[in-house]
Amino acid sequence: KAAFEAKSMAELTKALGLATPTESKDITVTGPDIAENGAVVPLGAATTLPGVKRMMLLVEKNPNMLAALFDFSDAVDPAVSTRVKMGQSSDVFAVAVMNDGRVLYGHKEIKVTLGGCGG
Amino acid sequence: MRIRAQAAGDKATVRVLMSHEMETGQRKDASGKVIPAWFIQDVTAKHNDKVVMTAQWGPAVSKNPFMQFVVKGAKAGDKISITWVDNRGDTRTDEATVS
Repeated sequence: KAAFEAKSMAELTKALGLATPTESKDITVTGPDIAENGAVVPLGAATTLPGVKRMMLLVEKNPNMLAALFDFSDAVDPAVSTRVKMGQSSDVFAVAVMNDGRVLYGHKEIKVTLGGCGG
Repeated sequence: MRIRAQAAGDKATVRVLMSHEMETGQRKDASGKVIPAWFIQDVTAKHNDKVVMTAQWGPAVSKNPFMQFVVKGAKAGDKISITWVDNRGDTRTDEATVS
């Protein structure tokens, strides 16, 4: 899918036909400040705002930005956590798509001591 | 796949640990050949047979993926089932009971 091949936020929003994202303090990204092992970086995305239909986790400097995409129903809280690979230190974004079409994001910088994309 | 669902109040926290290689398609083997990508693409979570969340993943999700989410209105005894499909078309479904 095109979204998973996007290399920048602009490409990603275009691939999904979304509005330009705006930064919001209500979207929180949780993760370590420094990750020793880039192969397993615990990441969480959460928001207190109602009406989130989709949440995406992006790692800016990975070969492809989009790591995971979650579609919520009304029966779950808009909060997920998972573990991702990071090739190098990078900004991590959580992008929330709201029911009314707004696109909001929060971000956090994570430093990686050992990259997770080498082999 | 290991699923643990714990009720607290009117919500249940579900933690899922899947067993999967999650090969990115970027690594090379000893002879320099690219190891083909092999990763979970789609995940579906159901609460008592009703889909509550779906996810699409790329190869950047870690090996043996972990996922945590919160289901509203779930109580002890309810069923949570998780299904994944990988990019080779393999699929697996497991079920757990909320405790």
